[in-house]
Amino acid sequence: MSASAETVVRSETRNTTCYMCACRCGIRVHLKNGEVRYIEGNPEHPLNQGVICAKGASGIMKQYSPARLTQPLKRKAGAERGANAFEPISWDEAFRIMEERLRKIRSTDPRKFALFTGRDQMQALTGLFARQFGTPNYAAHGGFCSVNMAAGMIYSIGGSFWEFGGPDLDRAKLFVMIGTAEDHHSNPLKIAISKFKRSGGKFISINPVRTGYSAVADEWIPIRPGTDGALLLALNHELLRQGLYDRDFIAQYSNAGYLVNLDESSDQFGMIVCDEQAEEKNPHRKHQQLWWDRHSNRAVINHTAGSDPALTGSYRLPDGTPVKPAFELLRERLAGYTPEWAAGITGIDAETIRRLAREMGITARDQKIELPIAWTDSWGRKHDKVTGNPVAFHAMRGLAAHSNGFQTIRALSVLMSLLGTIDRPGGFRHKAPFPRSTPPVYARNPNDPAAVKPDTPLGGAPLGFPGGPEDLFVDEQGGPVRIDKAFSWEHPLAVHGMMHNVITNAWRGDPYRIDTLLIFMANMAWNSTMNTVEVRKMLNDKDASGEYKIPFLIVCDAFQSEMTAFADLILPDTTYLERHDVMSMLDRPISEFDGPVDSVRVPVVPPKGECKPFQEVLVELAGRLKFPAFTKPDGSRKFRDYPDFIVNFETEPGSGQGFLIGWRGKDGDKALVGEPNPKQWEMYANNNCVFHHVMPESHQYMRNWNLGYSEWAQQMKLRRFADPVIIQLYAEVLQKFRRAAKGHGKRVPPSQLRERILTYFDPLPFYYTPLEVQASDTATYPLAAITQRPMAMYHSWDSQNAWLRQIHAHNYLFVNEKTALAEGIADGDWIWVESAHGRVRCLCRHSNAVEPGTVWTWNAIGKAQGAWNLAPEANEAQRGFLLNHLITEELPAGEGRTISNSDPVTGQAGWYDVRVRIRKTAADEPAETFPQFAPLTPLPGMNPVRRLWQGFVAGTGEFK
Amino acid sequence: MTQLALVIDLNVCVGCHACVTSCKEWNTSGEAGFMADDNPYGRDPTGTFFNRVQTFEVGEFPDTQTVHFPKSCLHCEDPPCVPVCPTGASYKRPEDGIVLVDYDKCIGCKYCAWACPYGVRELDEHQKVMKKCTLCVDRITDQSLPEAERKPACVLACPTNARLYGDIHDEESIVSKAIREAAGYQLMPEWGTKPANHYLPRRAPALQTAGVGATANPLDIDGPMPQATEGRP
Amino acid sequence: MNPAFSVVFLTTLIGAGQGLFLAMVGVEAAAAAHWLDAPGTAFYVTGSVLSVLLLGCGLLASFFHLGHPERAWRAIAMWRTSWLSREVIVLPAFIAAVALYGLLHLLDHDATLAVAGPGVLLCLLLFWCTGMIYACIKFLQEWATPLTLVNFTLLGSASGLMLAAALSALRGDGHAEVLAGWALGLTFAGFFTRVAALLRNDRLRPKSTLQSAIGVNHPRVVQKSQGFTGGSFNTREFFHGRGPGTLRAVKWLFLVAGFILPALLAASYLDGGSNWKPVAATLIQFAGLVAERWFFFAQANHPQNLYYQAVS
Repeated sequence: MSASAETVVRSETRNTTCYMCACRCGIRVHLKNGEVRYIEGNPEHPLNQGVICAKGASGIMKQYSPARLTQPLKRKAGAERGANAFEPISWDEAFRIMEERLRKIRSTDPRKFALFTGRDQMQALTGLFARQFGTPNYAAHGGFCSVNMAAGMIYSIGGSFWEFGGPDLDRAKLFVMIGTAEDHHSNPLKIAISKFKRSGGKFISINPVRTGYSAVADEWIPIRPGTDGALLLALNHELLRQGLYDRDFIAQYSNAGYLVNLDESSDQFGMIVCDEQAEEKNPHRKHQQLWWDRHSNRAVINHTAGSDPALTGSYRLPDGTPVKPAFELLRERLAGYTPEWAAGITGIDAETIRRLAREMGITARDQKIELPIAWTDSWGRKHDKVTGNPVAFHAMRGLAAHSNGFQTIRALSVLMSLLGTIDRPGGFRHKAPFPRSTPPVYARNPNDPAAVKPDTPLGGAPLGFPGGPEDLFVDEQGGPVRIDKAFSWEHPLAVHGMMHNVITNAWRGDPYRIDTLLIFMANMAWNSTMNTVEVRKMLNDKDASGEYKIPFLIVCDAFQSEMTAFADLILPDTTYLERHDVMSMLDRPISEFDGPVDSVRVPVVPPKGECKPFQEVLVELAGRLKFPAFTKPDGSRKFRDYPDFIVNFETEPGSGQGFLIGWRGKDGDKALVGEPNPKQWEMYANNNCVFHHVMPESHQYMRNWNLGYSEWAQQMKLRRFADPVIIQLYAEVLQKFRRAAKGHGKRVPPSQLRERILTYFDPLPFYYTPLEVQASDTATYPLAAITQRPMAMYHSWDSQNAWLRQIHAHNYLFVNEKTALAEGIADGDWIWVESAHGRVRCLCRHSNAVEPGTVWTWNAIGKAQGAWNLAPEANEAQRGFLLNHLITEELPAGEGRTISNSDPVTGQAGWYDVRVRIRKTAADEPAETFPQFAPLTPLPGMNPVRRLWQGFVAGTGEFK
Repeated sequence: MTQLALVIDLNVCVGCHACVTSCKEWNTSGEAGFMADDNPYGRDPTGTFFNRVQTFEVGEFPDTQTVHFPKSCLHCEDPPCVPVCPTGASYKRPEDGIVLVDYDKCIGCKYCAWACPYGVRELDEHQKVMKKCTLCVDRITDQSLPEAERKPACVLACPTNARLYGDIHDEESIVSKAIREAAGYQLMPEWGTKPANHYLPRRAPALQTAGVGATANPLDIDGPMPQATEGRP
Repeated sequence: MNPAFSVVFLTTLIGAGQGLFLAMVGVEAAAAAHWLDAPGTAFYVTGSVLSVLLLGCGLLASFFHLGHPERAWRAIAMWRTSWLSREVIVLPAFIAAVALYGLLHLLDHDATLAVAGPGVLLCLLLFWCTGMIYACIKFLQEWATPLTLVNFTLLGSASGLMLAAALSALRGDGHAEVLAGWALGLTFAGFFTRVAALLRNDRLRPKSTLQSAIGVNHPRVVQKSQGFTGGSFNTREFFHGRGPGTLRAVKWLFLVAGFILPALLAASYLDGGSNWKPVAATLIQFAGLVAERWFFFAQANHPQNLYYQAVS
């Protein structure tokens, strides 16, 4: 072949942002005659620095997927839901149907409209829509995903992993990754791990399975699923026992020295003692907590000049109140969590645990980093340098998706804090808008059923961070107001909602029935649900009057899927290459350690068929329904369309704070805050679709307690207040719920939940066996079953992708070789996997990279026949399987009641808690997966599929 | 004499397949003609790829290594696939050592694939010619691209920078240095094919945790940890 | 390897054609030396036509192996390095020689033996080229042995001589027994060298291992994923997809049909018997050698297979 340069007529390159997963890398899309020719990483983008992943490089096959929907569809009159019988309708008709229905709901009982979204990156808009509608029933998929991680860390250190913070691997020397699979945070973490390893750092992975990132770890420590809390507590125990904690750090920056009231007769028992006489600086947050000054041997307000808190011991205040420093309580708590104790639970021997703790502690202590950066702390003390302890952690769903995950992540936060690694070089570092106060007060959900009123926006954001029982969204009897029961006594800190219980609750009418459920980009009839088989039945179930129990189901998605089959109305969304989007500071931005970053998508190709971005649907509906924020005083529409909305929307009139922080102000010369700029989109488009504000170095570290940064962040509306974000070794906010459970305060939990609150709202981290495991017969079902996402597939999205599905067209259950052989199962055999909730037939693959008590598979490879416009005989449907069939969304709660199979604190779905057994299938059984479902057929308007073969060449016009 | 090559660092490859699909998307619309996909949406989808990432397990639990192993044409210095080709379609470019197939000369006899011990050549079932990694010859020689982008698509894509690209005959090149410093090796050296592509093995970390420089122990202030009380945890 | 029937038939058919030619030249030479009676023109003409037909069919079969048969002419280009290219040159030349040989006989020309000389040279060269196509791939250890050349030569010659014996027997020209005797001898020789190859291959230890394939020195290396689930050219071209049982059965089949039965039939024919015996021996032997060639390919374990073992 010749090596001459390719010369192409009508070729062009446009920058935008990837959406093949949630990582949001900058991409350059090369077009040839209007068709996508090549998608590469944008080297000028701060997030991915030019690299791209397997999914990102396969965007072409998503753009031209035969599973794409192209026109609005309505379930045919007379056709049963789920029968996949639809007729095309116009957008006018679709809007008319929705407008009529939603207007009626809004003017009667707004709760009857529920909006739940999947992997969307526009929660600031969808949340605003729900709030303006007046319904509390809104959430994204966080409750199903990793809310334990977000809540556990935000309530402890004021920030969390992934987009809100992460390991500073540029400077770390020891990196410990716990319960992180193949992604999260995809390309940036890959870039960082590689650099870290090449600069000689040591990488330890703690995980039941060794794949992905763990594969390149210098040491792999296999652990039993759901027991990470035990390990972390034992590590904390060892740090304290060996004196390997950063005393100065926790004394100054955490509540280690705060005195806790231990007067059991007082209603203040367990609360941190404050000097009530001192001046109140901020009505939302106390600052007058007491230390016991070990120099003067008396109680003083924290950070009193010249004082140093006693971290241990037992004291009496002048009024006789017995108190102990929070650290002392932590030490007492940790005293029994010995490595020997943890060894029996985790499967990691005690010596390894001791060595790990020592390695962490010694690296933190002896490899200190000093940067000559002057800064001033929240108490006005000037420092001439920034120091750091180079031990970094990363954790994700392996810790989060257990019903003990919140306390596990609390234990991790404590560990990271004891090592002195919070927002310091080489440790954990925040990303804007974090850190935020603990708990954050920037968003408060409504706390009164009266917040829901007809034709009125909701009196608060649908999702927020409760600061105590007073912030729960419950009725007079303490019952839930939300359909998913988030912010109720069952799951008080369900800060991301509980999408996984919406369908079950709505079907059962508990707490009430709803009318319309709008699902965006979530496959609730397949892999985004627990208990898939039953949920599919619920979606089709009718009441005595013959009406569907969930009367109207709207699904907006770009692709035909298992979910669209159940819709009454299907709205064809665009792909990421066809629309405007924002990665907003109000939502989940892509900030870097050194400053806030947000980014946008701009259309690089026109929408296919009649596809319409979901944002446009929302803006249109909001205009038609005359939501106040979308309507001018004269009653006319405020925003022409979504791009117009993004440019001109301000959080409050004249606030200067909007969805995007870049190029604000009339001329685009202001950053973060400023008047709307009509040319903002253009400026983003001309600048790689990204805005990166690099802060001065003095604002880049110690931000929890960095006066300069805090004041700037407040001015820039990243935070509401500039007060320090104290690390909560002792989480007083949890104790507030316990007080209520003891009958103190105006709001107390219903009697059947009191014990639950008392147990799980422990202000100090503790370990308990996950709830489902407690309820399981582990003799019958001895194995933990988990899933993880392969790097080359994003949820169920990519089986339609002709290139990616060649990598993973079907999946196996990986079983430790010895475990399999003990059951007489050979490599490659068909097996049954059974839990107490269901069973699945699948293929087995022996492995030595999984601990013997765990089986695992790739997530969401299995498909229903015909879904995603695959042939019914496709591997995905015949040999691929879904583990969700084995998982339950509810657990028995006694007296015939059920309760969500979730973390009792946050409502995080406990979908890594299932226990299973395996056995070989009988010789006469068919070699195909079980369960099987009736095949789906293509929907009207979908492209015909190239069934035999295809050879993609951009620019020929064949793939438009 | 120049010998361009890839050096693949198994110490950092996490097996993400970015190289696999970025190669496909670049080349399917490139000069080589499309890279066909058979049964793209049906049973056993199978298409032409120039590059694959494989997974191996080394050792026995718990001392297991999971090795992700990307493999494409190794551009052998003594490529066995070249002399066997009856038409001269399979050739090695003297100027840079890239092993290529001239699709206009290829008769699709598959003999070159038989003569390759590495399994990196794939017959395109629709164009009926042998295909393989070209080292993105149309990118790396395209003077209209900025120099930093004159690299194979897989190299640009790789998120862990596990794919180094350069001239292994240039002592000072990044690849020669990597081979020298990290004990780079060749696949199946027993056949004397002298693959230009090299692999870098897993390496031990440099971090020392000997506990030198220990300072005052905070326990001197805080006292020893209390004994566990009965009943806890 | 996954045996391609185009190549199986190419090599067996031209082998028989080559053997038949050698048989004719042998008879003619013996007759010239007065060791035998001259068999008459028809024997040579029929034999040459048959030989050309076999060679032509072989050539035709080879086209089915090509993705672009219309470009087959290009294959002569690389005769300096490629045994395949050399075969592509020698085969037509040999066909031409056989055709000329037959034509001269038809014309009762004297120069037949003068053509036979170069013809035999081309014939041996063709065996050499064909064998070397396989024997030169050093990492296909089952093939990389002189036995491959010897076997291609002996088995092709045996089948051609057996065919000549059948032809002679059907014509009743009196040379059938001599030819059957020669065929028997070659079949015996081929049997021994083929069995020698089998024994050799049974003792082969693959030079390439999973360890050398990926460069990891550990006694236990297991592939978990070849990187794709639906197969590829590399999983289709180099795997026969049959179990070891099939392979064993084919081995015994070709030993019996390719050697033992035809030898017994030829021997019993020498003892006197029906003229159909050499015909049956020819047909059975040819079928046996097709099986032998299938086995030859199937048994070859390509080192690339180390890279394509598991899906997950």
